Amino acid sequence: MATTLTAPARTSRRTAVEPSRKRRKPLSPARIIATVIVAVLAVTWLVPFAWATVTAFKSETEAAAAPITLVPKSGFTFDAFAKVLQQGNIPQWTWNSLFTSAAVTAVTLVISALAAYALSRIDFKGRKVLMTVIVASLIVPPPVLIIPLFYQMVSFHMIDTYWGIILPQVIAPAMVFVLKKFFDQIPRELEDAALVDGAGRIRIFLQVVLPLSRPILAAVAIFVFIGAWNNFLWPFIVTNDSAMLTLPVGLQTIKSAYGIQYAQNMASALLAALPLILVFLFFQRQIIKGISTTGLAGT
Amino acid sequence: MSTTIDKRQAAPAAPAENRHEARKRRDRIHGWSFMAPFLAFFGLFLIWPLIYGVVMSFTGKSLTGANSSFLGLANYAEALGDADMWHSLGNTLYFTVISTVPLVLVALLMAALVNMGLPAQWLWRLSFFAPFLLASTVVSLFFVWMFNPQLGLINDVLGKVGLAPVDWLNNPDVAMWSIVIASLWWTVGFNFLLYLAAMQNIPTAHYEAAQLDGAGGWRQFFSITLPQLNQTTIMIVILQVLASLKIFDQVYQMTGGGPGGATRTIVQYIFEAGFTGYRLGYSAAISYIFFGLIVVVSIAQFAVTRKRSA
Repeated sequence: MATTLTAPARTSRRTAVEPSRKRRKPLSPARIIATVIVAVLAVTWLVPFAWATVTAFKSETEAAAAPITLVPKSGFTFDAFAKVLQQGNIPQWTWNSLFTSAAVTAVTLVISALAAYALSRIDFKGRKVLMTVIVASLIVPPPVLIIPLFYQMVSFHMIDTYWGIILPQVIAPAMVFVLKKFFDQIPRELEDAALVDGAGRIRIFLQVVLPLSRPILAAVAIFVFIGAWNNFLWPFIVTNDSAMLTLPVGLQTIKSAYGIQYAQNMASALLAALPLILVFLFFQRQIIKGISTTGLAGT
Repeated sequence: MSTTIDKRQAAPAAPAENRHEARKRRDRIHGWSFMAPFLAFFGLFLIWPLIYGVVMSFTGKSLTGANSSFLGLANYAEALGDADMWHSLGNTLYFTVISTVPLVLVALLMAALVNMGLPAQWLWRLSFFAPFLLASTVVSLFFVWMFNPQLGLINDVLGKVGLAPVDWLNNPDVAMWSIVIASLWWTVGFNFLLYLAAMQNIPTAHYEAAQLDGAGGWRQFFSITLPQLNQTTIMIVILQVLASLKIFDQVYQMTGGGPGGATRTIVQYIFEAGFTGYRLGYSAAISYIFFGLIVVVSIAQFAVTRKRSA
């Protein structure tokens, strides 16, 4: 396990994938062949998206007719999207997902950063034991906890509540270590100067350490948010009421409810995919950097 | 009088001692205060359920509330004799093996090609990584549709090139491979990004030196890139194996564990024993057998890494 923990430090110190880095080389035959292979792979990777999009814009009858058509014969129609938005709970589920993921991200970030700061900077009795326990906890697979956690949530009356969805998701030992590694690299002199000036720990943490840690905080936030947004197993277990479902869990019920409505299935899938894809298009650089720096420590 | 003398004598030593003591005390208070919020959640939602789960596994606790009598190791004994449990465990290991290999190799291939300095880098990164941002349910909807025997795009293409259609999700021999295809599409972009980041950190001087020595592209890849990526590869493999062992979402959503249990994984079996069979105690026992497996795999991998790096 120790090796898992050395990795983030190594990657975070280096500059991660730099999208802007361009190496202009003459077009050799090898690079032309490579470009062709990559292009073929990339097109293959886009096919499921494209096929879902084409299907979502067909009429239900055409979507279910063989032989299949690559371009809707009867023209593109928004029927499937309209139906899905009218009948289903997609707007509600989107809100649930957005709210719970944002809350998970905020709480995780706050409690992990505080803990990471203590582990990195404050010399207190019990620190080594805490480190060991938190490292050891990385080995616990979340599925092992679902049965006792579910039972716990029943006794807390948290089934079908936002609390029930959010609270068990905020423990991210791996993120604590990513942050600790980063804090370890901040020169102590900066804090000592503030300490001499009589600043308290909290003030140093808020005014010296956190501002210097913006990139890693962003990376951790992105990583946690994507994880929470896409989490299926836990929200699936802790929610029942259709109004409380998150987007991934809600989609699963749509699938069983109108199993053969192909166009509507694809329309819902695309609507569910849209928010994160848009976020990715806007923040591509930060997200890729975030994944590369926190990735090895994650999951 | 005497007090002033005392003070004067003690003056050089005591304040230093006090200051040290005070600092230690202050650090202890600060340390635990900073840790407190994390520890509260950690204790409540990780340590407590972890312990409580063990307790549950020794009882006949059920979802209906009835019969929570102490059973000792009976649940474990039953699980070890449960053919369905072994079958799901076997399926999980099978998936882990057949998914890890392509998830690492395809990621390496993608990264190696993109790292050759191709034009439009952002485009390749976007296409390979975008699926990773999707929820498992979206991926499953996409692939159930792609794999549809009559109306699916894959069988249509197979038909056009003169191949027989495949019943992707209903043929017990093929179903797990279909899950692997969907999983590869979904998550390979993550490993790809890790490889790409590692490759871009290899100092260019290595390659320049090799070029001067007349080493070609292949030679450079095998004698510089791959060895430099050793640590990254080990990490990716470890993370991938641990992630694959926990597979549940896409299988549950695409095949429901079928046909005939051919794709049912251990996490699904835990879920079903608890929530469909209402046997929380039994389900907890299987959870800890699974946990044991994860611990064994982690220790084995740790040992291998240690030997490698030593």
